[in-house]
Amino acid sequence: MNKKDLLREEIIRRSGVNPKKCMKCGKCSGTCPAYEEMEFHPHQFASMIDSGDIEPLIASESVYKCLSCFACVERCPRGVEPAKLIEAVRLSVIREKGANRMTANDVPAMVDEETPQQLLVSAFRKYTK
Amino acid sequence: MKMSYFPGCTLKNKAKDLDEYARKSAEVLGITLEEIENWQCCGGVFTTSKDEIATKLSSVRALMDAKSKEQPLVSVCSACHNVIKQTNHAMRNDSEFADKVNRYMSENEPYNGETEVLHYLEMLRDKVGFDSLKEKVVNPLKGKKIGAYYGCLLLRPNSVMAMDDPENPTIMEELIKAIGATPVVYGMRNECCGGYVSVESPELAKKKSDAVVANAKAQGADMIITACPLCRYNLIKNGADIPVVYFTELLAQALGVKEAENE
Repeated sequence: MNKKDLLREEIIRRSGVNPKKCMKCGKCSGTCPAYEEMEFHPHQFASMIDSGDIEPLIASESVYKCLSCFACVERCPRGVEPAKLIEAVRLSVIREKGANRMTANDVPAMVDEETPQQLLVSAFRKYTK
Repeated sequence: MKMSYFPGCTLKNKAKDLDEYARKSAEVLGITLEEIENWQCCGGVFTTSKDEIATKLSSVRALMDAKSKEQPLVSVCSACHNVIKQTNHAMRNDSEFADKVNRYMSENEPYNGETEVLHYLEMLRDKVGFDSLKEKVVNPLKGKKIGAYYGCLLLRPNSVMAMDDPENPTIMEELIKAIGATPVVYGMRNECCGGYVSVESPELAKKKSDAVVANAKAQGADMIITACPLCRYNLIKNGADIPVVYFTELLAQALGVKEAENE
């Protein structure tokens, strides 16, 4: 199996999602609150992962734009769960050595008097391994 | 009635009101919330990936503790509830995941999702009952028009959370009625406020949170309630010009365990 196929298989196994179920209706992207910020949109994650075209997703800032709000998961008429695909790709990025999106040193600049701890722990969970 | 209670990191720090008034109100309603000893932070986000084990162990420990006491596990913070409930669902339904976790925990008895996981709102609806709650109200909040803000974490994914209709929820509106106020239904109440990117993309977070507040106001709300510390922070930080408060504060006011604030 070549590297491209291996990566595809890994993303599918990790996410538990079958992108072949997608019927390309675009409802996920239509309901996505981060749509305008994304280079690749939720429906494109499904189709590009299915075709094995994953390197552009890995290189894109789009993986950090997902709000993990699960609107796409809830509203997909085919139960494809695009948010899980986006997360699986993001993990492929941040699990690489030295690829953490944020470190503890970034925290002082992030917080104000009212910042809830929830924001910091969530950011670490999403951006750091 | 005693129930296990997982407060979470924020309720011990920036959201002390959410914690304090949840406990006091529960006492009035006949439920003692027993804080789990040595609980650990849930991590704030449930990592959906199947090969993430370690990030879910703190939830499993809390769930096992509640199981050992044969109590339901209650939390108030939307994020804690979401993480713990999704973890419990995975322990119950994903045998490969549960097997890995149980090997790691190496307890005598394996855990397979036996604990009942409740959000505080579900505790009010399903264990106390909104009718019984209403009878305990000593200070009905008459005249207040309140928009319930659900956000994303309480309701989704519905296949796991199963709290309410994910597109037309009523649980917080029922609570608002029970404490004597008037619920205001508005379309954006279950759309994301953008809280997770309030550091990463502040402009996006502002756009999303403005849309929520504007919609609530347009439908006549003079106040917004939430269960989520991050939603509250994000809505206020981005300039909400109506009060955004924790639902437990109003509940405590109505039950007479919190002084009404002068407005």
